[in-house]
Amino acid sequence: MNEEPVARARPPLTASRTDLTDGEWHRLHPATPLLRGGIFMVAIIGFIIANLRERLIDLFIGEENYGGDPIDAIYERGATGWALLIIGGVLVVILVVFYLSWRMHTFRVTGEIVEVRSGLVFRSNRKARLDRVQGVDLTRPLIPRLFGAARLQITVAGQDGNVELAYLGSKLADDLRRDILHLASGLRQAKQPAAAPDAPVASAPAVDGAPTAHSALGDFATARFNEFRAPELDPDAAPPQSVVRIPLRRLIGSVVLSGFTVFLLLAGVGLLISVIAGSSGWVLVAVLPGLIGSVGYYFSRITKTLRFSIAGTPDGVRVGYGLLSTSSQTLPPGRIHAIEVSQPILWRRFGWWQISINTAGQTSGRSSTPVTGTTLLPVGTLADVEKVLQLALPDFDTVTHRALIENGMLGGRKRDAGIADFYSNAPARAVWLRPFSWWRTGWAVSGSVALIRRGVLSRDLILVPLARMQGVRISQGAIRRRLRLASAALHTVAGPVTASLSVIDVDEALVLFEWMSTGAVRSALADTSHQWSRTTPPTQEATQ
Amino acid sequence: MPDREPNPSAGQQPKPAPEPSNRLELVETGEWKRVSPKYVVVEIVGTIVNAVVVCGGAALLWLLLDQTWALWVGIVVLALSIINLVFEPRRVRAIGYVLRTDDLLFRRGILFQRFVAVPYGRMQLIDITRGPVARWLGLADLKFVTAAASAVVSIPGLAEADAESLRDRLVELAESRRAGL
Repeated sequence: MNEEPVARARPPLTASRTDLTDGEWHRLHPATPLLRGGIFMVAIIGFIIANLRERLIDLFIGEENYGGDPIDAIYERGATGWALLIIGGVLVVILVVFYLSWRMHTFRVTGEIVEVRSGLVFRSNRKARLDRVQGVDLTRPLIPRLFGAARLQITVAGQDGNVELAYLGSKLADDLRRDILHLASGLRQAKQPAAAPDAPVASAPAVDGAPTAHSALGDFATARFNEFRAPELDPDAAPPQSVVRIPLRRLIGSVVLSGFTVFLLLAGVGLLISVIAGSSGWVLVAVLPGLIGSVGYYFSRITKTLRFSIAGTPDGVRVGYGLLSTSSQTLPPGRIHAIEVSQPILWRRFGWWQISINTAGQTSGRSSTPVTGTTLLPVGTLADVEKVLQLALPDFDTVTHRALIENGMLGGRKRDAGIADFYSNAPARAVWLRPFSWWRTGWAVSGSVALIRRGVLSRDLILVPLARMQGVRISQGAIRRRLRLASAALHTVAGPVTASLSVIDVDEALVLFEWMSTGAVRSALADTSHQWSRTTPPTQEATQ
Repeated sequence: MPDREPNPSAGQQPKPAPEPSNRLELVETGEWKRVSPKYVVVEIVGTIVNAVVVCGGAALLWLLLDQTWALWVGIVVLALSIINLVFEPRRVRAIGYVLRTDDLLFRRGILFQRFVAVPYGRMQLIDITRGPVARWLGLADLKFVTAAASAVVSIPGLAEADAESLRDRLVELAESRRAGL
């Protein structure tokens, strides 16, 4: 409702890269049905080949050892014409269906919405409001990537609430992403020329600059090759250098030093004991496939996080992943609901940390991107964490804030000899409930961000921007009442991060409750990130 | 044990009571609005139905299949249900809510206490549901749903008219404090 006047007042963007944002209906890449049904087609071809295997062998070797073959039966009954007709008919039907589904799959982008219509028999129509965009993901699975196609996903809040444009030409998808982000940011025209100088950045490989002295096929191949090498085709929207670089050894080390490995080792020891104890070899046979599967798990974890990059753009944080299938996710400002910096105990020797986040539009149901959606840093050092947090929370970057973060990651009540501890910690009597971690369990509020520090086995620091917090809860059971303790939780949207504090002094809990509830209201009013480039706050928020 | 009706005079005190109480108790909240006393009936019926189903199943297992452990399960469930029934009225009295200037405050529980504050601006939708017993008593449950699955405030046992006026009031408040997600 409040966006209405804004939307009307906004002049049309002149500097948009594509002509797709004109509000008219457009179609996707012509190869879309093939790419979407690609696996299905491969399966059919494989099935046919498997069935004709003997006949093919016969063609080359000339030995007739098949009988009862359906093709034989058809041939003997003289129904070859009919069979060919049926095959031809099926092919035509498939082609027509593909063509129609391509024709019916249309999308449009206006100043306020992205809308997709699809479906032949069951029509579906999806609309996403641009000011509610939670993220724009550009993925290139391996096969579409070879064909120079990409999938653009506009994530909105809610489970499975994505508008998917699959597939678009690679370059087109890049430009469309930029345009959609520009529209969503509420950027005014006046800013446009300064924000988008069209001069190509020298360091980025330019696709259009590919030599054109070859045939058309050669051009196609060169373009594909360049695209394949370059993770980002849009140098002006994405500064090519990532703020964090993960050496291959660290990446492999981090994947190997995980809870899964511990589980595997334990299972292996158990297996060994059982074999030594005299059980027969069948246990080994039963477990071996699982072992091979776990190798696949390591491999996919590593390839998925390979070539990780994270960079700040004017339209938010851009996170890129992947070696064969690449994905690049853009999180506009203010779309991160909770951040967790954590260090599993196995990583402590190396000083590695990982960062995961909660966002409202998580694609949690999709198994294809389990890591990428919620991980902002798969593994990094203290300095990396600092840089990533700087991108994720741009306003949270003073000296005090940095001290708070470092304190939250490494500090605790016991070892604050040198530096002051900014956290209000759980009292010593919490040792009854948290014998190891009580001295690290504490909270702090600074600016519009709440911080929770906890855990010893896995050191966690949780940051919740109060403007995104959904609610606060304090509770107390019988045991905590005896100890004059309570527990507290900050509610955020669902995700891997839960911002809860298991032990806290009763009086502290009341203070926390008051601070958080007033802070949430205050920072929400000051927050304008739903259209992050607009300088003036919307009128409705000014009335408050 | 003393009844946990909040003391109205606590609103004037800036700090918690001088003698430290282990109990979690918010001060300066204003007066807690309570749910309808009739809601006890809904809870009691629910507990009894539960107990009858579980104890009936256990009895069947015990009598027909000669499973002795089922008897003990049945007895424990029965005892717990009776304890539950005894405390039910006080539990219902402990449910309360306050409409503060910018957020909705909710509390429930005696032994396991819980306070939740949800800013009006975070409202995604409001749900009013009526179970069969509640409908017979003219009661309704109101659910204040936010984007976080865990931050759902569910106020049971409101008189139907109250529930509807509360819903309208909450929607109005949420409209005037609309924030993003």
